[in-house]
Parts: sequence; C-alpha cells; structure tokens
Amino acid sequence: MTTTPVRRETRSLTARQRLGRLDVKLSPYLYIAPFFIVFGIVGIFPILYTAYISLQDWDLVRNTGEYIGFEHFTWVLQDREFWIALRNTFSIFLLSSVPQILVATFIAYQLDHNLRAKTFWRMGVLLPYVVAPVAVALIFSNMFGDKYGLVNTVLNDLGLNSILWHTDVIPSHIAIATMVNFRWTGYNALILLAAMQAIPRDLYEAAAIDGASSLRRFFSVTVPQIRPTLIFVILTSTIGGLQIFDEPRMYDQTGTGGANKQWLTLTMYLYNTGWGKFDFGRAAAIAWILFLIIVAFSLINFFITRRLVADDASGGKR
Amino acid sequence: MSTATTTPTPVTAEPHAPAPKRRFRSTAITSRRPGWFTYGSLGIVLVAAIFPFYWSFLIGSGDQSTIYRDLTWIPGGNFLANAATVIDNPAINFWKALSNSVIVSTTTAVSTVVLSTLAGYAFAKLRFKGSGPLLVAVIATMAVPVQLGVVPLYILMQEYGWTGHLGAVIVPGLITAFGVFWMTQYLQQSLPTELIEAARVDGCSMIRTFWHVGLPAARPAASMLFLFTFVTSWNNFFWPFIVLDQQNPTLPVALSLLQANYFVDYSLVLAGVLLATVPLILLFIFTGRQLVSGIMQGAVKG
Repeated sequence: MTTTPVRRETRSLTARQRLGRLDVKLSPYLYIAPFFIVFGIVGIFPILYTAYISLQDWDLVRNTGEYIGFEHFTWVLQDREFWIALRNTFSIFLLSSVPQILVATFIAYQLDHNLRAKTFWRMGVLLPYVVAPVAVALIFSNMFGDKYGLVNTVLNDLGLNSILWHTDVIPSHIAIATMVNFRWTGYNALILLAAMQAIPRDLYEAAAIDGASSLRRFFSVTVPQIRPTLIFVILTSTIGGLQIFDEPRMYDQTGTGGANKQWLTLTMYLYNTGWGKFDFGRAAAIAWILFLIIVAFSLINFFITRRLVADDASGGKR
Repeated sequence: MSTATTTPTPVTAEPHAPAPKRRFRSTAITSRRPGWFTYGSLGIVLVAAIFPFYWSFLIGSGDQSTIYRDLTWIPGGNFLANAATVIDNPAINFWKALSNSVIVSTTTAVSTVVLSTLAGYAFAKLRFKGSGPLLVAVIATMAVPVQLGVVPLYILMQEYGWTGHLGAVIVPGLITAFGVFWMTQYLQQSLPTELIEAARVDGCSMIRTFWHVGLPAARPAASMLFLFTFVTSWNNFFWPFIVLDQQNPTLPVALSLLQANYFVDYSLVLAGVLLATVPLILLFIFTGRQLVSGIMQGAVKG
C-alpha cells in the first residue's frame, strides 16, 4: 500500500509525458490534414479518375462506363479539329508570350530607375491584371470588330485597309494574344523588376568602367543576371498560355471558335466535347493529351530558353 | 486545384526584396536617374493600361448607334441608363452574380489562407515523417492544369446534385497547392526556429506555439495570399462556367451571358463590363500596393 502514491505519481507523470510526446508527434499531421483531405478529394482524385474515364465509353445517364482501351485517344488524334485547335493554341501562345516577355523586360528595365512616385508607376503597370479575362475579352473583341471596331477605324484613317479580325486566322490570333498581353505584361514586368533590383550595382559600375555602353550593359549584365527569373516567367506563361480558354471563348457570341474554327483552342475543344457533345470519356482523353502537351512543351521550352539566354550572354562577350 | 497562371511566383529568397543600397553615389554613366525616355515609355504603358477602360466608358455611355458613327472622344450621357438596363435585365441576374462573387471569393480566400498557413507552418518548422515527399507532391501538382480534373469533378458534383450551386465552385477553391508552397517558403525564411523552441521550453503546447508564434509571423504573407486568392477566384471563369447556370452565376459567368443577350448593342455590353469591373478596381486602389510588393517579393530568384 505504501508504494501506491509513488506509483501513482510516476504513472501520472508518464501519462503527461506521453501526452506531450503525442502532441509533438501528431500535431504536424493534424495541421496538414485539413489541406490534404480537401486536396485528395478535389485535387488528386479527379486527376486519377480522369485517366480511368478516358479509357471508358462513358454513359451519362448511368454515370458509369465501359472499358474501350485507348479508342478515345486514337479518335482524338485522328480528328481534324484537334489538330486545328493544337495549331491555334500554339499560334496564340507564341503571339502572346514572345512579345510579352520582350516588352515586360523592357518595362522592368525602365521601372528599375530611381523613379519619382515609383509605387504609382508599378501600380499603373499592374492595373490590367485585376480585370477578369472575360471582361478584357469583351472590350477587346469590340475594339477588334471587323466592321466598326476601333482598330479598323484607325487603320482606315491612316489610309490602310481594314483587317478581318474575326474572319482571318492570324489576325484573330493576334487579337486574342493582345488580350493576354494586356493582362499579363505588367505582372511579368514586376517579377522581372524584382530580379533586376537584386543585381549588385557594382556589376554595372565595373562594366561601365570597362567601357561597356548602356545597351551592352543591358545584354551582358542585366539579362544574364535575371536568367533564372526569365526562365521561370517563360515556364509559367507556357503552362498558362497552353490552357487558354476565357479569351477565345468570349471572342464572339457563339463561343465556338469561329466559323472555320479559326480560334478554337485545345481547352475550348475539351469543353465542346465534354459539355457540347456530352462525351465525357473523350473529353477526359483530351484533358490527358493537353496535360502531356503542356509537360512536353514546358520541358522543351526550359531547355531552349536556358540555351538561348546563355547564348545572349556569351554573344555579348563575343 | 491550383491555377498556376494567376498566382504570384514562388518565394525563394528573402521576403524583403532587397534593393541593394547604392554604396557610392555613382558616376553619371551608371546612375539610374530616369530621363525623358523612361518617363515617356512608362507613360505610354500607362495609357495602354487605362485606355480599354476609357474606351468601354466611351461606348458604354453612348447608345446603340454610337459604335456606327464617326469616332468621337467625348463620352455620351447614357452610362447610368445603360447600367440600369443591365442591372434590371432578369436574364443577367446582376445582384445575384455580384453577391455570389463576393461569397465565393471571400470563402475561398479565407479558407485557402487558414489551411495553407497551418500546413505551411507544419512543413516549414515541424519535423515529421514523410514531410519531404508530401511537400514535393504538393509542389508537383502546382503545374497540373485545372482541365485535367474538370471531367471527374463535374461527374462528382452531378452525383451529389451540386451542379448549379455555389458549393460546387467553393469546395474545389478551398485550397491551392500554391498557397501551401507560398506559406512554407515564407515561414522557412522569416520565422526563426529558436522562437518556436523558446515557446516550447516555456511549456506551450504545439497549438499554442502555433497560435502565439507561428501565426503572427505568417501574417504578412497570409494577407498577400488572401489578396491573390481573392482576385483569382473573382476572375475565375472556366469551372464556374461549366458547373453554374444562368440562374445562379458568378460575375464572369453573368458577363458571358451579357454578350449572348445584347450582341447587337455594345453600349449595353460594355456598360455591363464596366459595372462588373468597378468592384475590383476599387479593391485595387486600396490594396494595389500590397499586390505589387507581393508579386515582387515572391519573384526574386524565382
């Protein structure tokens, strides 16, 4: 009996210690659990399930499918519309990202001066970013109107012919790319500006003392120094650009990508298959193809830009 | 589901984008004093950024025939009348769309911030088995496009009768992989582990340590994450367009109906566009400064 109080004491101590240890061990999992539960349901599960559905002939009414192997994939790859959509997506992507990154770099370089009211300028550059792509698309599709649009009016005033922005292939791509550029150029400029500000000013001093002109300093100091950021910007705009939907969808009233599918993009093709023709199996296959294209193209872009930017630098050194 | 396109770049360097102070006031050659060229070109950029809004106002304040007449640069007096027509149109459901957008954006932003801060704190500062692979898994899914999950998500929503309801838009937006990544990066750099250890030595439980040490440290990054999630969610179109309908739209979905309804009358379409854009412009005026620094802080050595 005499030992009981002692025993009790040690027992309560270990219980407390155990509780503390449990706290240390379990807490991290409790903190990440809410995220991963939601993530599993709305993030991981749909991705895996898409793969499953893409191999099924999906029945909308019964909400089940019948295994048909890779039939959807071969069908899509033989569909003319798929290739048109692929062409359009790439064309719009190139027309938006290439000028966008060049202009963004230029703007960033200008913002990197000791400006008066620098917050004002930075905010001004970022303004278009907060506007919904749908709103941007409505405004620009009006400005690029075939008959009474602002752009054609100006062209006519300059004595030039109207351009059929909603009829011809490349002009429609240019108009859509302009919407993307409007929204994202300033945003990317700020990212590049941050990278430029991290460049030690001594590098510029040294280059100047060595007699490098300001243009030469830009290509031999600025560009190589912001290279990782440039690669990052190019990669994100690749991933985003190949998914484009809002702007081409809103470019005309019907949203089908033009009379001859001039501006049908891959995501629009996915949407039309899934929610126009209600073929979910095929839509899932398109989603996977789109994903693989994005992965492949991101890798290609990564290696190209690494090479390209490096060449720029060594070209400067000669 | 992450939308890699509309979120700021990841943090990898110091949270305070360091603009190295010029140590010596340099020679004229390299001084970054702006000349007329700098102000001139930035002025052009600014005009380009504002012009589409002015153009919308120009058309949106006219009437049906404005667009067919010769160009004038003076706005008409019909803006309020046009705006009223849009608001009163039952097919557009303007007030419903506005309140829906407020509800969706606020709940998704709050939830993303809370869940990301919790998980980010755990990843950045706590040791536990599997933290490395789990974090890699989160980062890997940041590059996965929304499109990949859209079909099963729709089937799921249909199964549970959620199509047409706001929940169908809110639930997938409750978290973003980017949010976790962002908070992890930030807390890794700006929260000294000694602070946590000190609190633990003083006898704080894990959750109290988080509450009194982790949370205050996370506040700057959390408020930026809130802003970005809010803006992204407000502008989001693809998924709401699929899963919602005319009776219960968010603003972008309502905007898309606007064109289908008024495709001949651009004065109404663009008045509606302006009307729907005003809330975010107001938000931008008050928080644009934070948005700018959020983008720039996240960018260094991205």
